[in-house]
Amino acid sequence: MTNAAVAVQHQSVKADDSFLTIRKLTKKFGDVAAVDAVSLNIRKGEIFAMLGASGCGKSTLLRMLAGFEIPSSGAIVLEGQDITSLPPYERPINMMFQSYALFPHLTVEQNIAFGLERDGMPKGDITTRVTEMLELTQLKQFAKRKPHQLSGGQQQRVALARSLAKRPKLLLLDEPLGALDKKLREQTQIELVNIIDKVGVTCVMVTHDQEEAMTMASRIAVMKSGGFLQVGPPREIYETPATKYVADFIGNVNLFKGTLSVDEPDHVVIQTPECQHFVSHGITGTLGMDVHVALRPEKISLQKKAPTPQERESAREDGFNCVQGIVKNVSYLGSYTTYHVKLSTGTTLKVMNTNDARHDDHRLDWDDSVYAWWDGSDVVVLTQ
Amino acid sequence: MSSVSLPTPQPAQSASRRSWLDALGARTVIGIPFLWLALLFLVPFLIVVKISISESDGIHFKEMFVFTDGHLQWNVKWGNYAFLASDALYIRTYLSSIYYAGVTTIICLLIGYPFAYFMARSPATWRPALLMMVMLPFWTSLLLRVYAWKGLLASNGVINDLLLAIGVISEPLKMMNTSFSLLIGMVYAYLPFMILPLYANLVKLDLRLLEAAADLGAKPLTAFWKVTIPLSKAGIVAGAMLVFIPCVGEFVIPELLGGPSTLMIGRVLWDEFFSNNDWAMASAVAVVMVLLIIIPLAIFNKSQTENAAREKGRI
Repeated sequence: MTNAAVAVQHQSVKADDSFLTIRKLTKKFGDVAAVDAVSLNIRKGEIFAMLGASGCGKSTLLRMLAGFEIPSSGAIVLEGQDITSLPPYERPINMMFQSYALFPHLTVEQNIAFGLERDGMPKGDITTRVTEMLELTQLKQFAKRKPHQLSGGQQQRVALARSLAKRPKLLLLDEPLGALDKKLREQTQIELVNIIDKVGVTCVMVTHDQEEAMTMASRIAVMKSGGFLQVGPPREIYETPATKYVADFIGNVNLFKGTLSVDEPDHVVIQTPECQHFVSHGITGTLGMDVHVALRPEKISLQKKAPTPQERESAREDGFNCVQGIVKNVSYLGSYTTYHVKLSTGTTLKVMNTNDARHDDHRLDWDDSVYAWWDGSDVVVLTQ
Repeated sequence: MSSVSLPTPQPAQSASRRSWLDALGARTVIGIPFLWLALLFLVPFLIVVKISISESDGIHFKEMFVFTDGHLQWNVKWGNYAFLASDALYIRTYLSSIYYAGVTTIICLLIGYPFAYFMARSPATWRPALLMMVMLPFWTSLLLRVYAWKGLLASNGVINDLLLAIGVISEPLKMMNTSFSLLIGMVYAYLPFMILPLYANLVKLDLRLLEAAADLGAKPLTAFWKVTIPLSKAGIVAGAMLVFIPCVGEFVIPELLGGPSTLMIGRVLWDEFFSNNDWAMASAVAVVMVLLIIIPLAIFNKSQTENAAREKGRI
């Protein structure tokens, strides 16, 4: 199956099990379409992430879901109800804002109660619900504090509690952890997913941080210039990117430009200036067409000795690819090391190897001559 | 760890010298205005206080402290204050001053708030021009502007002439020298003092808070009452102070636009000084006026500081 086919399959989820349906949604600012005819189905209970660089239209799309932007055309249907033109205060949707937008004049519990009061909920019920939310987010001892008296992580939890208090059908997260520092972010990602799972709310999030999207989301949409490039689970987006942009945007990648020189049903060969890439699966294409080869740095093995015939033999089944080069840069990053290997063509090959032993006798150093090899099954051929 | 974290004497000394210089600089910068206020407000005020309790023989004030027969004699007279408290006219005038200042403040707030609100919401490129228009009246003298109102409101003024000409009224409306003309003049003169602090406050309002309110189910009007108003409280208080305080003691506007029924303390003060030539009485009137304004202000300020301190202490 081709990469493009994978993406299409995920987009055409049957309308029946779709909880939120977006149909050809477009938002134009002047002549520029910030969001361009986007269609999407989201299942109940899913955490869906929209990932893209700034200006890709992901925030505009989220703001249309919240009701802050009126779509130029298209429809948003939530549980069978068309909410396209509903004002934000009538939508069963709540949002956790980027940098939280907590009401500075209200205490934590008043912030959480704000939405419930607007619904005219009886006082006793509000107290119960607020307590429940404070417990869920472990904020009980901070109930009477004002937002400015809380740390960033605590503010983030208040924002979450406030957006969950009304039991929305859909929770929107706008760069949920963008305001936290790295260490706290990693810890909070898991916490956030746990709470969302516990509540069981369907969730759409927007982020520019791929790690955040990969950790939290069950499906990711990679966005560029107002449209989706690829929609799928994190693993699929990473391992079988549909386009050159997606391959490059998510994680690190070595890209080679070449032509299709052998086209068999079970394998193909791509000729690039660096080497012949044996690919152990078929692709849709014609002989001689221009393609890109994508290879993840951690899929490549490095060694000083030339691979032995045995090693070649054992790898034969998947196809064996090998190039020779010189180590030009070594970055030791603790759990792994990245190498820049200069090939004879002048291309730099990025390689990432885990440091699985404390003492490595075969440590590679600057200017070492090395062999880099990888399996034919690890190569992704990109036709777009 | 121990050797690294121990500061060597040399940098510590220069650091302390620098902080000492910093402190001196800070004190100088704060000190100059304080000195200015002390010399030109506090000292004159104390002189006024002294005059208000001095005994006079009609021409000269007696020395306050006199040595007679070897012991100190203290010549103080509280009569002026007693008279103030007993005379219904003064009390009525104080109340009436506070009343007109209060009404002026409320009207200024009602007109100024929407104005400041939309100014803060207008496109950023318009704001300097709008701000300039608010401050434009300051380019001409207050006296001229208040006189202009006389021309507008008089029985044979522009407004009455116009209404008579188009037949809305058959005889001139009595607008001048009433509480109406007084309030128009005061609101007109003090409106910018309400708008400017409100604008400065509202322009800083984080619009995402209003989105958050809408997201949580608040209709625009509810969001305004529950979010915008509470968050602009500081601006409202500042504007109200800037209007109320000078309005209480306002003299020019009541003198020019007010009438016999619109008693204000500024005019009484003027009369005591310049018509009755009773400096002691005039001083007493002035002292009471200042206290009337300062005491509530001080109480308000104290409660604000305590609130802030309480919030801080909870961290």
